[in-house]
Amino acid sequence: MAVQAPEAAPPPRAPAVRPRRKLTGYWLILPGALWLGLFFVVPFYSLLATSLYDPNGSVLGGYDMTYHFANFVDAIKDYWEPLLRSLGYAGIATLICLVLGYLLAYAIAFKGGRWRTLLLVLVIAPFFTSFLLRTLSWKLILADDGFVVDALQSVHILGADDRLLATPVAVIAGLTYNFLPFMVLPLYASLEKIDGRLIEAAGDLYASPVRAFFKVTWPLSLPGVVAGTLLTFIPAAGDYVNAQLLGNPNTRMAGNVIQDLFTKTSDYAAAGALSVILMLIIVGMVMAYVRTAGTEDLV
Amino acid sequence: MSGFGRIKRWIGDHLVMALGLLVLVYMFVPIAVVILMSFNDNSKSRNLYAFQNFTWNNWTGMCKPDGMCAAVGKSAEIGLLATIVATILGTLAAFAMVRHDFKGKSASNVIIFLPMASPEIVMGSSLLALFLSVGFSLGFWTIFIAHVMFCLSFVVVTVKARLTGLDSNLEQAAMDLYATESQTFWRVTFPLVLPGILGAALLSFSLSFDDFIITNLNAGQTTTFPMFVYGAAQRGVPMQVNVIGTIMFLISIAIVLGGEVNNRRKARALAA
Amino acid sequence: MSSVADRDLRISKLTKEFATFTAVKSLDLVVPQGSFFALLGPSGCGKTTTLRMVAGLDTPTSGSIHLGDLDVTYEKPYRRPVNTVFQNYALFPHLDIYENVAFGLRRRRSPEVARQVDEMLALVELTSQARKKPPQLSGGQQQRVALARALINRPEVLLLDEPLGALDLKLRRSMQLEIKRIQTEVGLTFVHVTHDQEEAMTMADTIAVMNAGVIEQMGSPTELYENPATTFVANFLGQSNLIAGKIIGREGDVVKVQMEGTVVSIPADRAHADHGDGWVGIRPEKVLIAPAGQPIDAPGNHMTGAYVTDVSFVGVSTQYLVRMPWGQELMAFEQNTGVRGIIPVGTAVDVSWRPEFAFLLDASQDVNAGIEEA
Repeated sequence: MAVQAPEAAPPPRAPAVRPRRKLTGYWLILPGALWLGLFFVVPFYSLLATSLYDPNGSVLGGYDMTYHFANFVDAIKDYWEPLLRSLGYAGIATLICLVLGYLLAYAIAFKGGRWRTLLLVLVIAPFFTSFLLRTLSWKLILADDGFVVDALQSVHILGADDRLLATPVAVIAGLTYNFLPFMVLPLYASLEKIDGRLIEAAGDLYASPVRAFFKVTWPLSLPGVVAGTLLTFIPAAGDYVNAQLLGNPNTRMAGNVIQDLFTKTSDYAAAGALSVILMLIIVGMVMAYVRTAGTEDLV
Repeated sequence: MSGFGRIKRWIGDHLVMALGLLVLVYMFVPIAVVILMSFNDNSKSRNLYAFQNFTWNNWTGMCKPDGMCAAVGKSAEIGLLATIVATILGTLAAFAMVRHDFKGKSASNVIIFLPMASPEIVMGSSLLALFLSVGFSLGFWTIFIAHVMFCLSFVVVTVKARLTGLDSNLEQAAMDLYATESQTFWRVTFPLVLPGILGAALLSFSLSFDDFIITNLNAGQTTTFPMFVYGAAQRGVPMQVNVIGTIMFLISIAIVLGGEVNNRRKARALAA
Repeated sequence: MSSVADRDLRISKLTKEFATFTAVKSLDLVVPQGSFFALLGPSGCGKTTTLRMVAGLDTPTSGSIHLGDLDVTYEKPYRRPVNTVFQNYALFPHLDIYENVAFGLRRRRSPEVARQVDEMLALVELTSQARKKPPQLSGGQQQRVALARALINRPEVLLLDEPLGALDLKLRRSMQLEIKRIQTEVGLTFVHVTHDQEEAMTMADTIAVMNAGVIEQMGSPTELYENPATTFVANFLGQSNLIAGKIIGREGDVVKVQMEGTVVSIPADRAHADHGDGWVGIRPEKVLIAPAGQPIDAPGNHMTGAYVTDVSFVGVSTQYLVRMPWGQELMAFEQNTGVRGIIPVGTAVDVSWRPEFAFLLDASQDVNAGIEEA
């Protein structure tokens, strides 16, 4: 039997080879971490600083750092309405997304059969077509002489002079539509993991399918519900495109105000303060929500 | 069982699927409108929001609206560049997170997660605050920086998932079969993670191409396609934007279906 | 101390500690060149860790591994002439069967890759599958690819980590014989890790029974089965009746033991204890029973006052549970030779065995060791 000749090199001793190069991890994470540090973490600091600038400064004259905490009070005083609207619209849109998204995710996960992947792909497909164009389409669909309004008027849900476009309904509909995929995907991910036999067993034990659903399926899908609602609520609360394109001046959300303060009135201090407030509210709500829902492993 | 029970049962079995499909249809309604409007001739009417006459003109004269195709080009340019950089940095970071132990790993995890959980308007305005405070002039490069920033997290998460699912036995088998560390990486690890990396790149490109809120805040005089659409929406949208929208949709469907067909072919080969 | 021909695998004082436990404790082992060696033990006994250290996939905490004169203890896996057949095969899913098998050759820039791969594929009868991807193959075929992929490198030692665990019983049986055939044909040293005692006994020339990080006993399959040295081996390899007794002492070639009112003799080379308390062991198929008063073909003591409590007919044999006068139930397996009918439950029986089949173990050992794991 021909045996492979042993390597000529002398056998190395333990310490020479054993320790894994611990630095590799740092080198690999460094570029990405640096990018996020410089352009995500540091900007937050800038934003915080901006929010404390002297509100009397201007783009031309520059801003002075005066630790002007009153900016926050002013921002809340001036903009509490759009802030509340942001949270309210986003909340309602998230709830509707949860209902619609759950239906769709449930159908794909348990009734999809061999079409599962294809259906899932179809959920993601709209996401690849311009967000703005899809929102503009809603403008067209909900237009005063569009078929939706006509239909609703003919069954007298809407009065002859009522409209959908430029109403809170249109804004919420737009938000719901735009962020629905963010709800469906995490829901599907957690529903798919549920063993179908569990539900059958539950049907056996609880008899009524509705009770079986609330006793078994719903609790098991909670991680997906938490992830989905967060992924829907957060971008919806910060959105201003839907309010801008589908709403009217009375449906302005916090995002619209921040955008205008930065780009139109150049009131950076107020814009910064409002951004920080929005972020704090969202982080606070998310933390409270996650704590109640008891799901820590979102990352 | 009575006939009534059977009917009830049938409805129960199919109702969920029917409702689910309805939701799916709902998701496609605006896209149908986009496609439809790409054939709309509204030159004779002031009403921008109704279908008037069928025409091919929007397709043949795709670049007629001032600056639109330039904006598309700009978006594609930024998208490609941001995708390449974000994919490379994100893939490296994903390897660090899955394969290596280092101090500050959990902190890194949080920093990677946060951009996905922050409202775009806050990220956009804080970046703007930074650029303004250091006097960086807004334009192509500030958009690029912002896009790499928000794509990065998605790349890390996608590649991480693929890498975590990789059977570490395969790499050990390669080493056992005389492959050095670098040969193991290039011959086994990398080819197996590649689909995840490609998926991440695709996701990055579409996120970048489509982004409006962050871009708009940090764009300066540069105009991307979403910014062009938004600007046009204030005045009156040229029907040609729907052509671009349709093309984007078709390309994404083609990529996605291509992947699906490939999977089915593999599955059939498996069954054979 | 060495000749060129000496390519034995020598493991000495090998220890592997993990954060919370010690997987392998100061293990000493010599695997002669060209042998088929099995490391047998329940899961978690340290056998796979040992194998992985030989392969270079785990680094020992202390101790050494030599291949002939070559110290490979800390050698990188790709620099030692050892190959592994992994538990779940670990075939590269992105490469076809041909490239999987050629992988090792290509890494070493071996000449005549094509000829060698073709030969190897022919050996494992997979020539027609060369251009398929691993997931397209059946479990048994994948197993053969894994074997071919390792064998083609002509390693000095081939390691097999539970290679048949994922196959169904029938396929497992035929693969056992197949691997044994290939080993004889190529004449390489095979080290086979398994928890299946039947598999180890079918395939290996030498078996080392491992438990809790140490080797309990090593020897040929017959040695281990006929003369187990510990309660663990007695229970893990097949089944044993263990009866408590008091050792009286050695008398000539035998050790006398006082066992529940009877004095039994155990050959000295089968006695693994010489004073104090002991376990008298006897394999169930060596226990002879007959309805009370009828003759039994054994020269030893006849124990009376027993009765049958359970009978299971399993085709080739009948398995009896017999309650002894002191309350213990003994197992007795009887070949269905047709000489006698099945003894019904409740029948009073006499029990005996030939003294040369009994063995004596130290009573400090757990009488149930190895039962759960088997």
